[in-house]
Amino acid sequence: MARDLMKGNEAIGAAAIKAGCRYFFGYPITPQSELPEYMSRELPKVGGVFLQAESEVAAINMVYGAAGAGARVMTSSSSPGISLKMEGISYIAGAELPCLIVNIVRGGPGLGGIQPAQSDYFQATKGGGHGDYRLIVLAPNSIQEMCDLVMDGFDIADQYRNPVMILGDGILGQMMEAVELKKPKKRELPPKDWATTGIKDKYGKKRLISSLFIQPEDLEKHNLKLQMKYEKIKKNETKFESVYADDADIVLTAYGTTSRIVSNAIKALKKEGIKAGMIRPITLWPFPYEAYEKAADSAKAFLTVEMSLGQMIEDVKLGVNGKKPVHFYGRTGGMLPDQTEIVEKVKKILGGEI
Amino acid sequence: MAEQQIIIAGFGGQGVLSMGQILSYAGLLEGKNVSWLPSYGPEMRGGTANCNVIISEELVGSPIVKEADAAIIMNLPSLEKFEKFVVSGGNLLINSSLISEKTSRRDVKAYKIPANDIANEIGNAKVANMVILGAYVELTKIVSPKSIIQSLEKVLGSSKRNLIQINEEALKRGAESVKCLV
Repeated sequence: MARDLMKGNEAIGAAAIKAGCRYFFGYPITPQSELPEYMSRELPKVGGVFLQAESEVAAINMVYGAAGAGARVMTSSSSPGISLKMEGISYIAGAELPCLIVNIVRGGPGLGGIQPAQSDYFQATKGGGHGDYRLIVLAPNSIQEMCDLVMDGFDIADQYRNPVMILGDGILGQMMEAVELKKPKKRELPPKDWATTGIKDKYGKKRLISSLFIQPEDLEKHNLKLQMKYEKIKKNETKFESVYADDADIVLTAYGTTSRIVSNAIKALKKEGIKAGMIRPITLWPFPYEAYEKAADSAKAFLTVEMSLGQMIEDVKLGVNGKKPVHFYGRTGGMLPDQTEIVEKVKKILGGEI
Repeated sequence: MAEQQIIIAGFGGQGVLSMGQILSYAGLLEGKNVSWLPSYGPEMRGGTANCNVIISEELVGSPIVKEADAAIIMNLPSLEKFEKFVVSGGNLLINSSLISEKTSRRDVKAYKIPANDIANEIGNAKVANMVILGAYVELTKIVSPKSIIQSLEKVLGSSKRNLIQINEEALKRGAESVKCLV
């Protein structure tokens, strides 16, 4: 397929259908409504099912059911809607079911606003729902990367039997860029021999999908098994991009749209002879801590830039592990980080003013 | 041209967002890197709309335009809001059919284009956006007029193919309106 100009929200839908997703359950909310709109138009054409549920809670439980039956399934929403889905997400993680959840983040807390934000970082990476579970959180910074990660995301979900979240923001949802739908790297996917399709399993037992383990011994065992899986995911799937970070005096960190504003700031700093680099996490969970261990030996300081007020910085500090100071700059509520302000902040840090 | 950053702004319904899309698509057709970022929010017809377009030889960094090489301004509120974002020496295209006020900027190249009047002369008020886009393309040569027509065919789709000709005419008239000024 040639490169085409696509809006982020629609590109997610196109990539999902190309990846074999045939079930979408959702509920409209700005700034992601073009995605369910696209799916309502395009899924029936390929024999798929689009269903606008009565609420986000219903939608995520429909995802739970379809995933349990072995279908490639997704849902999408924006911040307040994702909060509503959190109970279902915890159940899906507990029952070890693969699915894709898209969050095109808007400003919070509460009903908040409808402009872009990144203030759902904690919710996405540190829980959100109850229990010791992990979401695999992918954070694209362009429409092309969003397509790539959606397609790979379905495979990752299947490979580990774990829900995967695409964490975008209002800008990524609304903007248009050139995209080409490319097949992701091939993964060996295990057969879905656990799916409740009416067939008994290989020992002749009925298949059961549940997150209920009433005996504490059993529940602990289940949790330990989940942890082993999470360790494997950390080892195999951690992904980041390093931009001039090896010989930089200051290493900035940003993900998603913010990383593009930061890359402009780095260019501007370079023109002034200031060596700035960036570590851009592509997986927010698992977080690329080891990238910071290395950079902490060479860089003088770190600066985390977010469309939130200090969430990812906690992970950056864990990675830097006290070796160097970690500073913060962020805007929130739908306001965007400003390139000039980032440049000024870097100069102040390197000048020893802060 | 290494990179052009453009702000297009006006009332909802003036074709502000489509203008940006057509321009972006034309850039894509010429193998350039492009981004199109619309304003979004609770607006109604007659409310304000704007978009940021970047057309670049290199990968597009931030899609947010804060230092515009050009601004295409379709109504007065947009002039007041966006003239300050144009870089010194940049192009400011003003729809003089609806804006009688002058820009307060003395350090930019301002062009008055009576987009609605020209569109009415051609016989369709709706192509005012293509008139001013024609002027912009003539001034900057950022993409060829041919690519604009090609992208129009894509954006309008087959059901509105009959509208290509009048749009083409609008682009031409817009270009002519600034030719003597260049």
